[in-house]
Amino acid sequence: MPDEAIEAVGKAPGDTDGAAPLLALKAVHKSYNIGQPNETEVLHGIDLVLQRGEFCAVVGPSGSGKSTLLNIIGLLDRPTSGTLALSGVDTMTLGDAELTRLRGHRIGFVFQHHHLLSAFTALENVMLPMLGDAGFPNAAMAERAAQLINDVGLAPWRDQLAGELSGGQQQRVALARALAMAPALLLADEPTGNLDTVSADAVFALLRKVNAEQHTSVLFVTHSPALAARCDKTIEVVDGRVVTSR
Amino acid sequence: MSQPPDGHPESAPLVPLPRWQPFEWIVALRFLREGCTQTAFIIGGVAIGVAVIVFMSSLMAGLESNLMRQALSGQSHIQLLPPKEAARPLRAAGAATEGAVLQAPLQRLRGIDQWQALAAQMRALPEVRVVSAGATGSALVVRGDASRAISAIGIDPALYFRIVLIGDMLAAGTTRLTGTDILIGTELAADLGVGVGDKLRVTASSGADLTLSISGIFDLGNKAANTRTTYMALRTAQSLLALPGGVTVLDLTLADPYAAETVAQRIAAATGVQADSWIKTNAQFFSAVAAQKSSNTLIRSFVALSVAMGIASVLVVSVVQRSSEIGILRAMGVTRGQVLRLFLLQGGLLALAGSVLGSGLGAGALMLWQSLVRNADGTPLFPVTLPPALFITALGLATLTGLLAAFAPALRASRLDPVVAINA
Repeated sequence: MPDEAIEAVGKAPGDTDGAAPLLALKAVHKSYNIGQPNETEVLHGIDLVLQRGEFCAVVGPSGSGKSTLLNIIGLLDRPTSGTLALSGVDTMTLGDAELTRLRGHRIGFVFQHHHLLSAFTALENVMLPMLGDAGFPNAAMAERAAQLINDVGLAPWRDQLAGELSGGQQQRVALARALAMAPALLLADEPTGNLDTVSADAVFALLRKVNAEQHTSVLFVTHSPALAARCDKTIEVVDGRVVTSR
Repeated sequence: MSQPPDGHPESAPLVPLPRWQPFEWIVALRFLREGCTQTAFIIGGVAIGVAVIVFMSSLMAGLESNLMRQALSGQSHIQLLPPKEAARPLRAAGAATEGAVLQAPLQRLRGIDQWQALAAQMRALPEVRVVSAGATGSALVVRGDASRAISAIGIDPALYFRIVLIGDMLAAGTTRLTGTDILIGTELAADLGVGVGDKLRVTASSGADLTLSISGIFDLGNKAANTRTTYMALRTAQSLLALPGGVTVLDLTLADPYAAETVAQRIAAATGVQADSWIKTNAQFFSAVAAQKSSNTLIRSFVALSVAMGIASVLVVSVVQRSSEIGILRAMGVTRGQVLRLFLLQGGLLALAGSVLGSGLGAGALMLWQSLVRNADGTPLFPVTLPPALFITALGLATLTGLLAAFAPALRASRLDPVVAINA
């Protein structure tokens, strides 16, 4: 997959041919233990469309398949059948190396647990995606990482090791890291699940700000009806099916 | 959003990571630094292993070279001797054997036929460094009422002393050998109660009789050799042994002592003379060295294996411990190849650090051993060297071992399913 194709994913309409939505899932099924007695289908034909700049909540009970859906959308997992297109690019035909590049360049992740690398400082954690992509550190990536750390309000703590930060701070660093490569799509899997109300509000506000200022599309998995109500759009997943979409 | 919080002025960040280090190095070094206790233990383990290898290799090399030096300083690499006399069966015209019983003939003292042409032929060989002609036979040395059987070796001192370093073994006197001089061993000198400058009467089985002056007394490090071996000028020996102009042996040294047997076989085939290499005449010595070498290699192999197992086990644990970090790295676009390399690097770096430390420890242990284990006179038991090549080899092999040991865990890390890893 050429670099231009990766870069085209998520560009504003007009920047590219533009007609395709940022994300389009069609009849996506996902099964585990295929061909074995304990074969289980967890997603039963998901159809989903997300336009550029949309902020969408994904709600549903535990075990309904929300995280599996997010992993598939984030190209961390592959559907058993169906299609997944990013800006019209069919990802089903891509190999592991191409999916990795596409994921690294155009998709950001924030998980319920921050998953920061404890051996690195907050600033270095934010630099890591850029470093992994470029190969060697440089001033530009340090400046961008510092800017993102400032944006999430952690400038005084940027040289602290990740393990020395509070849970809310760690989640904000994780958000800054997810934004390092200027992704078109941000996948947030219950990022506020382990946080107190104040920290949860702060993280949500940051997500909204990123969405508003950078037109980054956000898929936000949450169990909080209050937070879901503050999103532009909500889809409810129950037993591996999208039951409502608002 | 770009404004920093109050009281924390925005400052331009310095690049906090070394610019010359690639991504994999940075992450690998941080992982090792973070698990510093684990890292220190495995480096210590590798260091002990490498120290044992360096210590044993140096000791064995020193011992072998010392034995070799001792063996070679007292003999030539190849001796050319006249072919042994052999009885031939009497055959009738129809090739049927008539004499059924063969009696082995007595071996008379004989010279090498056309020895000067043969010596010239040997000097022309590219492998040969020195060719020395000698006349050797038995004789009796008499002093007053005492007499001893000796081996009278007539030599050209200018050539022979380049083969056998008598100068280094001299206990008294000089190595001068004029027509009336003789060099004898310390045991013979003690038995006869003689010293440098004393005269000895030497009688050969042919009846020839000479009176020679002792110019030097040597110590070959062997009691029997110090009793029997004597050196005199070639012409003196020739007249004593009734071999005018003849020689009984050509001594050869080669550029490569270990090629002696091959060269000897070639010379024997080409010339018809008997060619005995020092390897053949010291077969027992060689089998002892070979046994020592193989046991040393076996021990080193087991040590290297235990080092490899140690590194592999640490990295297997590290992969398990860092599963979620590997998963998140993969999620942020780090490739399988990068994950593979960063774990391989950890293996290589652990082994390299351990081998640097181990080389130092091994060298220190060797110096300590040299200072503690000494001869009765205070001199070192035998000289031991620490060639730079040994350290380079130890570092190279240990690092390679570390990389190989890290391969399986690195491959496992690179193949981790990011979803499973993140949730681990």
